[in-house]
Amino acid sequence: MEAFNSLILILDATLRVATPLIFAALAGMFSERTGIVNIALEGKILASAFAGAAAAYVTNSPWMGLLAGVMVSVVFAWMHAFATVTHNGDHVVSGMAINILAAGLTAALGNFWFKQGGNTPNLVDPFNDIDARFSPITLPFADQLADVPVIGGLYSELISGHFLLVYIALAAVPVCWWVMFRTRFGLRMRAVGENPSAVDTAGISVAGMRYLSLTICGVLAGLAGVYLSVAVTAQFLPNMSAGKGYMALAALIFGKWRPRGALLACLMFGILQAIADRSQGVSLGGFAIPVQAIEALPYVLTVVLLAGFIGKAIPPKAIGRPYVKERE
Amino acid sequence: MSQQHVPAWIHVIVIPLANILLASFAAGLVFLYLDINPLDAVSTMAYGAFGDSYGWGYTLYYTTSFIFTGLAVAVAFHCGLFNIGGEGQAYIGALGVGLVCLGLGGHVPFIILLPISIIAAGVFGAAWALIPAWLQAYRGSHIVITTIMFNFIASALMGYLLVEVLKPVGTMSVESAVFDQASWIPKMWEVLGFFGIDLQKSPLNLSIVWAILCAAGVYYFIWQTRWGYEIRSTGQNSSAAEYAGINLGKTVVLAMLVSGMLAGFFALNVVQGEAHQIKLSLVNGMGFTGIAVALMGRNHPLGIVIASLLFGFLYQGGGELQFEYGVDPRIIVVLQGLVILFSGALEKMMKHPIEKLYLKLASGSKKSAAAEA
Amino acid sequence: MTAQTDVAAQMAIELRGIDKRFGAVHANKHIDLQVEKGTIHGIVGENGAGKSTLMSIIYGFYEADEGDILIDGKVTRITDSKIAIASGIGMVHQHFMLIQNMTALENVVLGAERGFLINESMDHARAELVRLAKEYGLDVPLDVPVERLSVGLQQRIEILKALYRGARILILDEPTGVLTPQETEHLFKVLDSLKEQGTTVMLITHKLQEIMAATDNVSVMRRGEMVAHVKTRETSREQLAELMVGRKVLLRVEKGEPNPAEKLLEVEGLTWTASDGVVKLDNVNLNVRAGEIVGIAGVSGNGQSELLDVLSGIKNVQSGTIRLNGHEINQGHQLNPSQVRDIKVGHIPEDRHKMGLINSFNADEAFILGFHRKPEYNGKIFTKRQAINRDCAEKMDKWDVRPQDPNLKTANFSGGNQQKLVIAREMEQDPDVLLVGQPTRGVDIGAIEAIHNRIIQMRDKGKAVLLVSVELEEIMSLADRILVMFDGKIVGEVPASKANEQILGLMMANIVPDEVKALQQEASA
Repeated sequence: MEAFNSLILILDATLRVATPLIFAALAGMFSERTGIVNIALEGKILASAFAGAAAAYVTNSPWMGLLAGVMVSVVFAWMHAFATVTHNGDHVVSGMAINILAAGLTAALGNFWFKQGGNTPNLVDPFNDIDARFSPITLPFADQLADVPVIGGLYSELISGHFLLVYIALAAVPVCWWVMFRTRFGLRMRAVGENPSAVDTAGISVAGMRYLSLTICGVLAGLAGVYLSVAVTAQFLPNMSAGKGYMALAALIFGKWRPRGALLACLMFGILQAIADRSQGVSLGGFAIPVQAIEALPYVLTVVLLAGFIGKAIPPKAIGRPYVKERE
Repeated sequence: MSQQHVPAWIHVIVIPLANILLASFAAGLVFLYLDINPLDAVSTMAYGAFGDSYGWGYTLYYTTSFIFTGLAVAVAFHCGLFNIGGEGQAYIGALGVGLVCLGLGGHVPFIILLPISIIAAGVFGAAWALIPAWLQAYRGSHIVITTIMFNFIASALMGYLLVEVLKPVGTMSVESAVFDQASWIPKMWEVLGFFGIDLQKSPLNLSIVWAILCAAGVYYFIWQTRWGYEIRSTGQNSSAAEYAGINLGKTVVLAMLVSGMLAGFFALNVVQGEAHQIKLSLVNGMGFTGIAVALMGRNHPLGIVIASLLFGFLYQGGGELQFEYGVDPRIIVVLQGLVILFSGALEKMMKHPIEKLYLKLASGSKKSAAAEA
Repeated sequence: MTAQTDVAAQMAIELRGIDKRFGAVHANKHIDLQVEKGTIHGIVGENGAGKSTLMSIIYGFYEADEGDILIDGKVTRITDSKIAIASGIGMVHQHFMLIQNMTALENVVLGAERGFLINESMDHARAELVRLAKEYGLDVPLDVPVERLSVGLQQRIEILKALYRGARILILDEPTGVLTPQETEHLFKVLDSLKEQGTTVMLITHKLQEIMAATDNVSVMRRGEMVAHVKTRETSREQLAELMVGRKVLLRVEKGEPNPAEKLLEVEGLTWTASDGVVKLDNVNLNVRAGEIVGIAGVSGNGQSELLDVLSGIKNVQSGTIRLNGHEINQGHQLNPSQVRDIKVGHIPEDRHKMGLINSFNADEAFILGFHRKPEYNGKIFTKRQAINRDCAEKMDKWDVRPQDPNLKTANFSGGNQQKLVIAREMEQDPDVLLVGQPTRGVDIGAIEAIHNRIIQMRDKGKAVLLVSVELEEIMSLADRILVMFDGKIVGEVPASKANEQILGLMMANIVPDEVKALQQEASA
């Protein structure tokens, strides 16, 4: 029973940790499938986390926070599109620019507005009548079933009691799959990432498709950021994205640029993180595995995958290349 | 085709300057929003960075770091590789320097220790670049992604080593023991003081000499040796390089080793020259600053030295802004991002208008000359 | 006035004063053109004459700087491909515009979907494609990723794409470059049946026999200008050739009899398979003697590039043996490109932009590509920049490369001068064996003659020359013996004196005519 309970706790934490990764990986999928390399997820998450927390605090509403966070992330995505699509800029360089800009702007503006060393004020502050955090949702009968063995643990602990955004993230995976493989937009999107000239000659605007995809990317990355600040931490902390954008990128690659694969990779990385958070290392057959090794494992696995030692990850063919009409 | 008529100085000087001006203008707007007059801010920063020997000591100390990380990015760039791993390579370079200083400091004279620690910094940094390089060259994994991953792996590895191995027993903070004083790279104020020139104390140390030597070395290596030729050929046109009998894999590995080595040298300045111990996240984003430096310096060592000086000024001057205006010093990071945005990502935005303008002016002046004749 | 309108109404497409510049390059100079409805109209011209640019303007890929396009007599502003498609124009590009990992069906539907969901579009397209396939003989597997289909089939998908979108005017840009003669014949049949159904076809090519075989009218372009419009049955190949190049063409280069001596290049049982499993070289046997030029003819993509790559050391030998200037190369003993150069083998690559030069380098740096490790260019550590510069200037003078400036960026030379730079570099090393690929591709007429003469000079100096070219005329005028490649195999050999386009054309389609068989039996007996 003890083992079962701690398993439930770890899985519960996994969902919590994996949610921003899922949002961000799906965000990355929309951008990379149209050929835009996206190392800028990190910056978009950070910017939206900040904007979300700041707006939620000022308006005293998590929903306004959500709106502001998503909007800011979309603005950053448009900046990304402006550089890579309109001006054929290098995708990686523009991604770096966005990440660094987001780090600098959130710190500078945060300090200027709230004078708390870059933090935003706490979103739950009864003394000042502030309650702008998303609350966890208790599913029907969760309380009644809590004491039933096994089912109680599974339902009341693991399935119930998460933030709304966790459920949205899980629902977003099949929705994104459906959009990508069953709709006109998805067909065109996948085509742009493979051969933009062909899409252009089919009478579809390559730039338009890329702007649209990056907009969706911005919305999803924004949800990841808002989840961190408005739901989990209830305040913004400098650099709180802490590499989640890069890890999501790794998950996307690990999932071979497909929604289900990305979901599984996010959950796997989430479990590793949950284990690392829970314990000071794990011992395996008498040999102690340090917690840092577990933390580094997602990155190591991605490197190994990319090297083609376990399966093969084939990126979209036109990825990273600006689309310029070639002359003869 | 239009390049044919546009002289080189337009591309080397006018367009980069225009991009930097745009970045400064955008930054100026941010300053205005933060209730700071940008011009006052510049003079405050200039005073902080160059007003006294303390100020420019710090400025040049940062400059030294940026020369190393900027050169690292540039060498890889010439081979067509985007090395985002400077952050991790510098961190691991610090491990090399730290091990040498902790192990040999006080046991061997400085004059013998220094070459060893230089080699250790270079070898450790290069080693951390080797795996991504090898994977790019022989397994086709994309160097951008692997070097990003290696930054995180480096940080986990160093975290582990600092907590479990390097932290002296009984201390609380996560850092290594302080090196024996005999292993410290002399500070500039000490050296010049010896010659009777009085300076205020600052972290500027003799590493800057090594940084300048490295910049010169990179120039000669890239443009005046057959290895540099092979690196540039590979970067510009890899199938032509293959046709020429250049071993692409070896060239990629060589370029990344040199790149990683230069990033590793960062630790000489920051660890052996100033901190005198290995600390958590000691690189602190300066590896990424190298990208901005290389872009701004157009991957040329001379440009990189100048860009490093500018960023040194920004870093030191940015600190001054905090005292003067109470603004977060990370405002400098905004400017850094804007430089990467305008000089790198939006590099082509200004190119066509400026080229057009030049051609218009040039043909205009030709016409009027013809009319006069 | 009415008469004019009548003429205009008979025209599927009319161009009036189309003008287009790319920076300093004047690609189309005030082009006028009328294409009658329901005809096959050929556009001929050399590489770089501006044909593709003109077609791209009609298809909305580029916008003309000046001039009008009239479709069915109405001025139409075509700013992008969408408008072109809506106006009933379809185009089959030289490089197919297909998404390789998608099926034929998905490729056809892309951009012509019928609603937000694709299932219904797919069903509709499937029914329509089956009908089109029956009507025009355009059968293709609909549910296989395009990358697994042959180029002939991929081209059919391109035509189907255009027809599915309701094209009444079909433009084909160099459609036969990658096809076998049979596939070409089938294509022309398809075009004929399209014409019968009232579709107007524009066929862009630089191959005159195709113009003669397939078209009703033909327009000739030269250096960006439209120089003539003629009815096909009232013209001849000779006249068209003259119009194309602007003067009488020397179809044969002056050269004496060859003096073949010892074998300097022998290839036995050479087989090479690409990483995707496609056999690119299939048991190739050939030899080249000192003092002769052996030509390799064939439709491009039949293994010629791989043959040059393996011989020059760029690709490894997988099985078989090469004896190159006294050195044996096989699976266990490979030579890399610089080792191949060291045994006095020169290589003029097929594509100078992709391989032969580095466009961003100065001419002198491009001039040492492949020889950059030679002792005369290097000190112990540093390169000898001055020696390189001087050497390059000297050779530029000798080979008449203009402008004669070793510090000029390679990209800023014309195609002919770039090619001369490559040829000078390789020939100046005085190789015993010379591998030559497409020596005059994208080169102006004046330079072609000079290059051909240089190649013959090498032969007369007793060098062994292997020449790969897809231009039959070039092969026939330079080579002493001609081998034909098809699908990675050597189909057969013909002495240049016995070769003509008909024989070679059949062999390029993997058919060995009896007279060639007889010749080969004679030789072996």
